[in-house]
Amino acid sequence: MTALQEVPAQDAQAPAVVRREALHFALRNGKLVTGLAIVLFLLLLGLLGPVLIGGTPNAYGTRPMQPPSGEHWFGTTTFGQDVFTQFVHGLRTTFAVGALGGGIAAVIGMLVGFVAGYRGGLIDEALNMFTNIVLVIPTLAVLLIINAYLGVRSVGAQALFIGLTSWPWAARAIRAQTFSLRTRDFVDLARLSGANTWKIITREIAPNMSSYLFMTFILLFGGSILIASSLDFIGLGPTEGISLGLMLQNANQWSAMQLGLWWWFIPPGAGITAVVGALYVANVGLDEVFNPKLRET
Amino acid sequence: MLKLDNVTKVYRVGAFGGKTLTAVGDVSFDVRPGEVVSLIGESGSGKSTIGKMILGLTPVTGGSITLDGVPVAPGKEYYRHVQGVFQDPFSCYNPVFKADRVFQMIKEAYYPGVSAKDWAVRVNAAVRDVRLDPDQVLGRYPHQLSGGQLQRLLIARALLLDLKLLIADEITSMLDASTRIDVLNLLAELKERGLGVLYVTHDLSLGTYLAERTVVLRHGRVVEMGETDKVFGNPLHPYTRQLLAAVPRLHASWEEAEPVTDCPYHRGEASGGLFEAEEGHFVACARLESCPE
Repeated sequence: MTALQEVPAQDAQAPAVVRREALHFALRNGKLVTGLAIVLFLLLLGLLGPVLIGGTPNAYGTRPMQPPSGEHWFGTTTFGQDVFTQFVHGLRTTFAVGALGGGIAAVIGMLVGFVAGYRGGLIDEALNMFTNIVLVIPTLAVLLIINAYLGVRSVGAQALFIGLTSWPWAARAIRAQTFSLRTRDFVDLARLSGANTWKIITREIAPNMSSYLFMTFILLFGGSILIASSLDFIGLGPTEGISLGLMLQNANQWSAMQLGLWWWFIPPGAGITAVVGALYVANVGLDEVFNPKLRET
Repeated sequence: MLKLDNVTKVYRVGAFGGKTLTAVGDVSFDVRPGEVVSLIGESGSGKSTIGKMILGLTPVTGGSITLDGVPVAPGKEYYRHVQGVFQDPFSCYNPVFKADRVFQMIKEAYYPGVSAKDWAVRVNAAVRDVRLDPDQVLGRYPHQLSGGQLQRLLIARALLLDLKLLIADEITSMLDASTRIDVLNLLAELKERGLGVLYVTHDLSLGTYLAERTVVLRHGRVVEMGETDKVFGNPLHPYTRQLLAAVPRLHASWEEAEPVTDCPYHRGEASGGLFEAEEGHFVACARLESCPE
């Protein structure tokens, strides 16, 4: 009878509980909560800000070079543009480029890395060769050529281009990790439990490096934002709209630093740093959530 | 039940696979239901490779492996009857998941229709079968359990299936002396239930403990095989003699086995690479490398 009474307790080992437990540890992790809170705040600012404030970010105003005040929270530029309006619109673009570019790169990188690392042999040789070719493509030269054909460039096109060219290092890193994990006995044991290749990759190998994968995404996300900023800088950015990179570029172009207009370049710089930095802090926290060995310390 | 016929495994090594390395050559033996066969050999003798080939984890280069006359086809149906337990229990568990996930995987793949409640009853029964207390081992992470507990959980996992054959690959080498005996007693119980067990080991004393038959491997080839009593009671091949002499004894220094002067293989009629010295006792040519034939 005792044996049967235990059953409901054991019954509670269903997968739903696993997820709830991860959430339990996630909510208690200060680093994760802090990091995600900052990112969420900036994301909401970028999503809701333009709707609530309205206005066009690049509209010229009548009061140029104003320091921050009640009317212009972040001050104005040399042309009287409101920096706060530019900032919230720029955040939106920056999140879009980071998420889309980083997302595309992460998906391609993971797919190539996992398949090459797990299958090995000829498939690995072919995928690795492809990775190396993409790795050595001179991004800037290709972009100049594409630019010559495309008249209007959108944020989406920029993100797509960044995503399609920045995945190789992620693929190589994931391939190397997969190589070391696939020789572990638990992979053999999963095969003995009737799991196919896809299931082994997604349910055995990927969870083992989940914080690593998340870090890869964060680095690609931050990298995309930085690449987008540099592309904006040389005039290959979106032909319309505003981004944090474009703000920095404008501030630099119109000598904001020399003129002492600190409110022009600090918000976009701090914005980029805050997004990438907060994601990194969240990642350190996630490591502790995903790895049961780190939890107990 | 399980039958190996001239099984060979050749690896390509070197740049562009220019060279070949024969890990297992021409190995033939069988495992019957309710029988423990021990596969003995030193490191690198190919014994684990044979285990992996039977489990379909590595492809066979030549020869055939059949289960009840059907060629081995690795897949869900095959693994319902043939399972393995490996050497390193710590490496067999995915460290980020709880140890009892190995049971959950079996449920998902083989018993999706069983209710969670019935399944918990079965798991508890299997865990008790390997003499563990379900309260102590279920719901824990691998690093919270000992090697012996993990190893026994793996055997419990195999017991949940409709098992015919268990490949036990050096399952006791990571365990301490007392748990080792527990695990061996467990294997003896499985044998009583009619399971076939292929017990891969480098430890002679454990090999003799429960095996009906013994296969001695060297450099990927069978040097001697037969009933355990005969192989160990009357070792004919110099390598087997050397192995037996190498078992450490108190107050005796290690002696080299006497050099081969007389090859039993050449005294009798050679057939199939092995010579039947007496009934159920086969031995290979003692001068394998330098044998003129």
